[in-house]
Amino acid sequence: MSELAHDVRLVSASLVHPNGHRALRAVSLALGAGERVAVIGPSGAGKTTLVRVLATSLKPSGGGLAIGGVDPWQLGVAALRRLRATIGVVHQSPPIPPRLRVVTAVLAGRLGTWPAWRSLASLFVPRDAAAARTALDRLDLGERVFDRCDRLSGGQLQRVGIARVLCQQANVILADEPVSALDPALADLSVGALVAENETRGATLVASLHAVDLALKWFPRIVGMKDGEIVFDRPTAAVTSAMLHELYATEGRVLPQQGVDVVDRSVRRANVVVLKRPGCQ
Amino acid sequence: MSAAAETLPAPLRDPAARGRLGALVVAIVVLWPLLALAEFKPWRLLDPGGLQVMANFLAGFLPPSTAPDFLALLAKATVETLAIATAGIALAFVVAVPLAVVATRSLAVSRIGPGPGRAAGTAVRTAARAVLTLLRAIPEVVWALVFVRALGLGPGAGVLALAVTYGGMLGKVYTEILESGDTRSARALLEAGSPRVAALFYALVPSTAQELASYTVYRWECAVRASVVMGFVGAGGLGQLMDQSMKMLNGGEASSILLTFLALVIIADALSAVIRRVLA
Amino acid sequence: MSSDMATIARERPCWSCVALAVGVVAAVAASFAYLAVDWKQLFGAESMRLMAKFVAEFFPPDLSPAFLAKATWGALQTFAVAAIGTLLAAVAGGVLALPASGRFGLAAQLASRLVLNFLRSVPELVWAALMVIAAGLGPFAGTLALALHTTGVLGRLYAESLENAPRAPEQALRDSGSGRVAAFAYATLPLVVAQGIAYALYRLEMNIRMAAVLGFVGAGGLGQLLYFHLSIFQQPQAATLLIAMFVLVFAVDSLSAFVRGRMLPAHA
Repeated sequence: MSELAHDVRLVSASLVHPNGHRALRAVSLALGAGERVAVIGPSGAGKTTLVRVLATSLKPSGGGLAIGGVDPWQLGVAALRRLRATIGVVHQSPPIPPRLRVVTAVLAGRLGTWPAWRSLASLFVPRDAAAARTALDRLDLGERVFDRCDRLSGGQLQRVGIARVLCQQANVILADEPVSALDPALADLSVGALVAENETRGATLVASLHAVDLALKWFPRIVGMKDGEIVFDRPTAAVTSAMLHELYATEGRVLPQQGVDVVDRSVRRANVVVLKRPGCQ
Repeated sequence: MSAAAETLPAPLRDPAARGRLGALVVAIVVLWPLLALAEFKPWRLLDPGGLQVMANFLAGFLPPSTAPDFLALLAKATVETLAIATAGIALAFVVAVPLAVVATRSLAVSRIGPGPGRAAGTAVRTAARAVLTLLRAIPEVVWALVFVRALGLGPGAGVLALAVTYGGMLGKVYTEILESGDTRSARALLEAGSPRVAALFYALVPSTAQELASYTVYRWECAVRASVVMGFVGAGGLGQLMDQSMKMLNGGEASSILLTFLALVIIADALSAVIRRVLA
Repeated sequence: MSSDMATIARERPCWSCVALAVGVVAAVAASFAYLAVDWKQLFGAESMRLMAKFVAEFFPPDLSPAFLAKATWGALQTFAVAAIGTLLAAVAGGVLALPASGRFGLAAQLASRLVLNFLRSVPELVWAALMVIAAGLGPFAGTLALALHTTGVLGRLYAESLENAPRAPEQALRDSGSGRVAAFAYATLPLVVAQGIAYALYRLEMNIRMAAVLGFVGAGGLGQLLYFHLSIFQQPQAATLLIAMFVLVFAVDSLSAFVRGRMLPAHA
């Protein structure tokens, strides 16, 4: 499936918000097709902005973006829409109307590929509820498939947002702090589901994470961001705890953690922390 | 973690699907006879004879009639409409206030405790509310028709019709406003033995006066519109004039009256907004 | 404490309130004077006797099976006119609310708002009189009149709901490649449809009363029957029709309150 995936190239992108705040300063990031990268950094580093720029939600004020070798902002309306249908975005706080049922919210991932009449008909009777159920099962939420979204907790709603992207079967998955409201076990499960998309279907994956341990556990390449700039872009094995502490210096001495039993304490060298990463090689 | 690829998941039954399809069937089954009852035949709009009459009527709309004696009639009718609305609201106010004072729970002495006379008090309040609902149930135009038959053509029928219906509406809203304001000070006065009217004026009215007045002004604005509508059944004012002009298919007069009516509504709207802002 | 006393002493009476009160009293007095309704004659002994006689003729109401059937048919027709009119208005108002909320640019917004305001300002009775000319006598004219007026009312309410709805869910779907119609249906519509149905049901309650009245200009139903029987001074029949009107209004009010009170089911 990797021939369908896209490579993602961001060259020296800057973004200034209308209120003058510089969210991104000359950020360059390149991913090959089927690669996966975690973006970490303190709050306000610009991780969300980076994800939105890659998702073609925000147009960078300077620099260039190429997805699959194509600049999306040069495309016509129909071509841009087709490209966007292959990009799946997991939002930190899923923008899902409360009165919608979970099954419809998940199937909304397919809207990019369905013709209009089929989308509307699916509102009345869901067209492929089984696929929605399968996606939700991967996130341990299968039995809530016909419940209303306003009956779910924040963490459950976040998983519905992830399930929507799974249902979309995208070629590029961009996740903006997708597990911030989940407890450690579920956070691990959810990140694992996204990583599985990357490994089995070859989708390119960029995930911004606040918790360092999840990033170190699941991703072979880590990008550190601070104040709108990329501070480091290294394979995980080369990330030292000193680099991490300097990145999160503004947030205190303890690094943000979310996972459980991530660190294999049996192997530790002077300033490199080697971690067990199940299912990666 | 990935889904098993060997076995296709069985098609999943949506529990809401049956209910929705059922509701759709019921809706169609109910809609059909309703359309028949309402004689819903959109193609009748395209009937050539009707279109011709309509075209002539609309053509007669322009130019609006400006004959001096007609304009004098128009001015008189406009003032009459305003007078009907104002007098009607004044009478409605007189009807509404006693009923509201009786019906409101904020002035109920027997509820404190509860004290003696609770059953009688509740019965009286329920009766007052029922009277208010009854007054509101029949539209004012129907009352106007009845009063025209009883009292003859003219503005008196319109004023009485407004007094009845709008009395019910004002009364209901006054009751609710009195109950939603600061009821504790009124209750304190009642507990100290003050008569209900005193509690009303010393405690409830000061805190709710603005809202009461604001709603009354809004109802006055509606009364202006209603007065025009009631004129169609003979209760005077712009409505009666318009009814006569349309019966004679005099498009020019009808458009003058319509323009005057729209201007009157805009002015009434603006006046009402200004007064409500002053009261705020 | 002393400053409070000073403030109270210095507090001036609200001159604008006094002026307003004086103005209102003057306006009311002037209105009664202008109308010059001869209240003495109206409420004099002779007049009251005639009124009492008039009211007495309403009782007993005509409850013969033949006329009850006629009254029931009239009530059903009135209900049909109100229901179809409100349904048409909800659809048309929804369609007009889209440009009126600014989705298709400023020109479309101003134009659609103008249309909605015009539809709203003309009273239903005037619309009915016009529709009788266009479509002939009968309930169809009443349905059209209610539909036209209510479109203006509902369209404005729906436009405000759409404006207040958050944009994020729809934008998220558009960014995932969804078409405009589908994104609207899956993201914004669920946010506004429950309130929209409540508004429509509330208007149905009002339209039931209006549908009865529209019969006066020939738009069928209970109103036309009432007008006819009152014109030929058949009070017992008129009394039956008034009772039927009251029952119909009460039934629709209760039904509407029931549907609005229940938790509406999920959107999709």
